[in-house]
Amino acid sequence: MGMTMTQKILAAHAGLDKVEVGQLIQANLDLVLGNDITSPVAIKEFNKAGFTEVFDKSKVAIVPDHFTPNKDIKSAEQCRFIREFAYDKDIENYFEVGEMGIEHALIPEKGLVVPGDVVIGADSHTCTYGALGAFSTGIGSTDMAAGMATGQAWFRVPAAIKFVLTGKPSEWVSGKDIILHIIGLIGVDGALYKSMEFVGDGLQYLSMDDRFTMANMAIEAGAKNGIFLVDEKTLEYVKAHSTKEYVIYEPDEDAEYHQVIEIDLASIRPTVSFPHLPDNTRTIDEVGDIKIDQVVIGSCTNGRISDLRAAAEILKGRKVAKGVRTIIFPATQNIYLQALREGLIEIFIEAGAIVSTPTCGPCLGGHMGILAKGERAVATTNRNFVGRMGHEESEVYLASPAVAAASALTGKISNPEEVA
Amino acid sequence: MRAKGKVFKYGNNVDTDVIIPARYLNTSDPAELAKHCMEDIDSSFVEKVEPGDIIVAGKNFGCGSSREHAPIAIKAAGVSCVIATTFARIFYRNSINIGFPILECAEAVENIDAGDIVQVDFGTGTIYNETKGQKYQAQPFPDFMQEIMVADGLINYIKQKA
Ligand code: SF4
Repeated sequence: MGMTMTQKILAAHAGLDKVEVGQLIQANLDLVLGNDITSPVAIKEFNKAGFTEVFDKSKVAIVPDHFTPNKDIKSAEQCRFIREFAYDKDIENYFEVGEMGIEHALIPEKGLVVPGDVVIGADSHTCTYGALGAFSTGIGSTDMAAGMATGQAWFRVPAAIKFVLTGKPSEWVSGKDIILHIIGLIGVDGALYKSMEFVGDGLQYLSMDDRFTMANMAIEAGAKNGIFLVDEKTLEYVKAHSTKEYVIYEPDEDAEYHQVIEIDLASIRPTVSFPHLPDNTRTIDEVGDIKIDQVVIGSCTNGRISDLRAAAEILKGRKVAKGVRTIIFPATQNIYLQALREGLIEIFIEAGAIVSTPTCGPCLGGHMGILAKGERAVATTNRNFVGRMGHEESEVYLASPAVAAASALTGKISNPEEVA
Repeated sequence: MRAKGKVFKYGNNVDTDVIIPARYLNTSDPAELAKHCMEDIDSSFVEKVEPGDIIVAGKNFGCGSSREHAPIAIKAAGVSCVIATTFARIFYRNSINIGFPILECAEAVENIDAGDIVQVDFGTGTIYNETKGQKYQAQPFPDFMQEIMVADGLINYIKQKA
């Protein structure tokens, strides 16, 4: 019996010829990542255990992005704590405000992940880098501490669900709509403990940004990781961003899958997740009349340049509806700069939106756009749990940048096909 | 390792944002986190919970964020273990890694009600419901994970092996 992509990568990093589903292995890590919320706990554990050096200064990345620029005194203390650690241990990939961005947009942009890598990050959306054909998964702070110290982590080898993508998506259907559709189909625990492997002819229509968005939300289906076959687009991205050596793994022909699901991309409609779970999806044709107070475009899911372009295409020359606070946050400084050069920032400001420096901010109800009791937001983020963006009686509707921008114009959840 | 306590019961997909809302994550102090444990799903939890109490819940407990603050908050609130039908995987590994016992047992979840007094033996995976006089059997942990739990967490385990 052959192996899936994920199984092959794990086997290679555990020094084994073969691994089987359920097997506990110890794998070597190519990158260990943490942010300003999870790193303090990891660093305390690291110090408590008496470790003094990280296993490899070039293979640890720390990105203060959640409560930065420091939202309050406690956040400032947390950030100082991790900054001192990063300087003390000579961490090469520590990114301070000014050069930082939302970690899952920044890490690939900096070329720190390439195909075939094994990456752990103390942030659940570390699964984003599966878009590059790497095995990448979220873990907690203790795993981060152990990973920084030893360069290894324990894994249970996952089974896989294969998603065969066929057909061409229609104009206003993006990676976000596809992944929301899939989560709606299989549920928030539909891929629990498993890897989601994306293959098929339909891949050719998905940009790297689409793939990052999709791999990003694998966790919202409970998956251990999401992973895409490596193709020309992947290699083009890798060559533009990284000088690291990469290895392309392909699944064996006789690899065993827990399930194979075919997805016809041409049949997918713009899709929205209603509160309070990402699998509570409806197509844009079924949403009804949902008035909104806020629109948030950004995050590690949809804060990349093509997301901003999609939003700008809809907002250009128009005004957001009165009373709808529209907050746009490019995911990294580079994306911000590119948007500026392309004139997108001007389009947003003229439309009555605000543009924020890169930060997680409102996505996790941290700062920069918190919802009051009873308020509703359309967000291009990835979670709509109770209280996620503010008050426990506020509501978050997850959607693509195009749907979010269309909704900003009308003040209710709207179809981009109708306003564009 | 054993535990005994009264049960707090919740449904499916209890996520890390209700276990410990992100607005409190500007600190990692366990005692501070414990003050807000379960706040957005059960605002009286913190007042009512007593040392040794047990949380019982449905599918996919702990889904969402990788924040280890979630099991840390539950542990620091005095809870002795969580029994669920299934756990989200990061929550599962975080609990093991900090030496906090969790068990998967659908039968126990079906039969245990809020307020029941329950005993758990982690070595064997046996769950005994004192209130109802029923016994349920969960899968005990593989040896490797038991060793981490006995060492009181992954970091101590690694240190002992080094
Ligand atoms: S943007 Fe949101 S989901 Fe992404 S890392 Fe930040 S808080 Fe997490």
